[in-house]
Amino acid sequence: MAVQKPEELSKVVYTFPSTPWMDTPVEIKKGIFCWGNKEKSLKAVGFPNPRQWSVTDEDWKLPDNWKEIFIEGLRERVDKYRSFRLFLDICVRCGACADKCHFYIGGGDPKNMPVLRAELLRSIYRKYCTTSGKIMGKVAGARELTTSVIKELWYYAYQCTECRRCSLFCPYGIDTAEITILIRELVNLLGLNIEWIAGPVANCWKTGNHMGLLPHTIIDIVSEFKEAIYQVTGLKVDLSYNRKGAEILFVHPSGEYFDPNGNVTFMGYMMLFHEIGLDVTLSTYSSEGGNFGFFTSNEMAKRLHSKIYAEAKRLKVKWILGGECGHMWRVWHQYHNTWFGPVDYLEEPVSPITGTKFENAKSNKIVHITEFTADLIRHGKLNLDPKRNDKYVVTFHDSCNTSRAMGLFEEPRYIIKNVCNNFYEMPPQTIRENTFCCGSGSGLNASENMELRLRGALPRGNAVRHVRDKFGVNTLANICQIDRATLQTLVDYWAKGVAVRGVHELVGNALVMKGEKERTTDLRGDPLPGKEGE
Amino acid sequence: MNLRTLLEEKKSSIVKKWVHVIFEQYPPDSTNFFLTQKDRFLNPVGHAISEGARDIFNALVDDSEPEKFYPLLNDIIKIKAVQDFSPSVAISFLFLLKKVIRVEAGAEIARRNLTPELEALESRIDQLILLSFDIYSKFRERIFEIKNDEFRRMTFRLLQRANLICEIEGEKTTPGEETVITNK
Ligand code: SF4
Ligand code: SF4
Repeated sequence: MAVQKPEELSKVVYTFPSTPWMDTPVEIKKGIFCWGNKEKSLKAVGFPNPRQWSVTDEDWKLPDNWKEIFIEGLRERVDKYRSFRLFLDICVRCGACADKCHFYIGGGDPKNMPVLRAELLRSIYRKYCTTSGKIMGKVAGARELTTSVIKELWYYAYQCTECRRCSLFCPYGIDTAEITILIRELVNLLGLNIEWIAGPVANCWKTGNHMGLLPHTIIDIVSEFKEAIYQVTGLKVDLSYNRKGAEILFVHPSGEYFDPNGNVTFMGYMMLFHEIGLDVTLSTYSSEGGNFGFFTSNEMAKRLHSKIYAEAKRLKVKWILGGECGHMWRVWHQYHNTWFGPVDYLEEPVSPITGTKFENAKSNKIVHITEFTADLIRHGKLNLDPKRNDKYVVTFHDSCNTSRAMGLFEEPRYIIKNVCNNFYEMPPQTIRENTFCCGSGSGLNASENMELRLRGALPRGNAVRHVRDKFGVNTLANICQIDRATLQTLVDYWAKGVAVRGVHELVGNALVMKGEKERTTDLRGDPLPGKEGE
Repeated sequence: MNLRTLLEEKKSSIVKKWVHVIFEQYPPDSTNFFLTQKDRFLNPVGHAISEGARDIFNALVDDSEPEKFYPLLNDIIKIKAVQDFSPSVAISFLFLLKKVIRVEAGAEIARRNLTPELEALESRIDQLILLSFDIYSKFRERIFEIKNDEFRRMTFRLLQRANLICEIEGEKTTPGEETVITNK
């Protein structure tokens, strides 16, 4: 919400003033930006130019040679990444991507059109890295780098969730998310980040997870989950940590230890592992599947990612199983091999229960939990009672990363259809590779930018509302922890009455376990259908 | 001919113009997108506002009960409350309707001596403006509520772990319902 000054109120202008984008200076608005990083968060990982600064201050206290740092950084990356140079060079400004971004669709700010978002940097690239831009300036779409431009780049790079929906529609395959990633990396050279990202990165570097959980806290929390599972099933379910020689290392987003929706999803994993007797262990150090480093710089992403394999090596496991997380899979599928190449000290994953070889995981040695569970169901290894989920009328939200970055469409749907009796799809133009982002990904899941998040979530919320009204959908299933934590909030606004659930929570409910007592409640302690009043 | 028949006749031009000026409140580069993309899932803002404006106009001409307007205004204002508008501009779309009716049908209204009827219609629009103000405030409040709820969900376990939440024996506590003891 913009607030007008009293003297402006008497002359309310109904139409929007029109100036070309380059001549429209950035106006940083409350509700849209996230708080800037703290000095200590950058210091913790050795990021350059740490200092205390505030987004709302006129002076962002840039280092004296800020211009040089930025331009050198840009030149270096243009030389290093061929794709980056290509993306900057070949855009013909056809506009095919313009109306594909959820932030633009929901808010209407032209600088949220992917083409214009990229143009913010392209104009600087032209000016400082191309001859035509140097000579012809504005005519060639080039502009001077000023402190106001730096602010604009920062502001709009943190209004892109790096979801890649726009790239789907570009005839040249330009991936604006990659441009955002590099803009973030460049402003990070100037010590400009957001605390919602820089804080978790610092935590992760120190403790192995974004939340900064220490080993004893993790063990404590899991013992509470064990107790909750015991209450529901009468079974004592165990889970091992840091156990050398286990067959499998399980890695998942640490938010599942804290967020109530994540908690129940995690309990679903625990029950599944117990039921099939999986030889699996977790690590209290490699306790984060997510990677907020990926939202700051390539180097940081690599640094945080490497701990997972270091732990896999130390614990001498054969392969890795990964939980319901979004961007962790993007890192794995699109970056891991470039960084590290095939892993030679682990084995090609084979399900010990079904014997299925996960050939798709030959190089990385990591299997997605929905691939694993879908395979179990397919081979009839699980005893499932979908009636227990009968109060849920379910739809599935494809998370940007698992859908557009790894093409995981069928497995979660297959599982849901086996553990629930009521499933309805949202309209096709809003799911699968066309999916609309939750509006809070890539580290934008803070609360001070709530208006931005709500705008971004409008297209998704609108489709959810449609299936709610048409089919009575009351459950939005998904396989991403950021979705579980943030979509609940956004759906509460756009499609009230719909609850967000992890897929493995639904699995945990439906799973009939050997030796369990007659269940009367679901994993949240709410009565099962037909067991009300017991 | 009364005002109602006249407005029925001019309905399509009035609604079209009205929707147009509503979208002129957005940046010029975006007006066209909101007006032309017809898929309701790919352009939820354009769809909600165009359909809503049409339905509001119809309900006004039909002299509908006030309850009829509530959901219609709701759907539009819910969107405007999260967009880049000051409160006054967010609900100004109803002022615009008055203007559009006068531009599109003013001359004829005067010629047919329907001005008293127009004044009655305008005062009904004024009532909708007041209602819109309530709705707008409700949604702004809602934004703070959902922020608050999210914060509670995030910190619930933290407070629980720090023994700052008192759970009543035998009762299940869900985030948002807990009693927080601050000076333990
Ligand atoms: S990557 Fe997603 S958020 Fe970023 S510009 Fe493209 S569509 Fe928008
Ligand atoms: S679709 Fe591709 S070529 Fe066209 S404007 Fe967008 S980025 Fe440029």
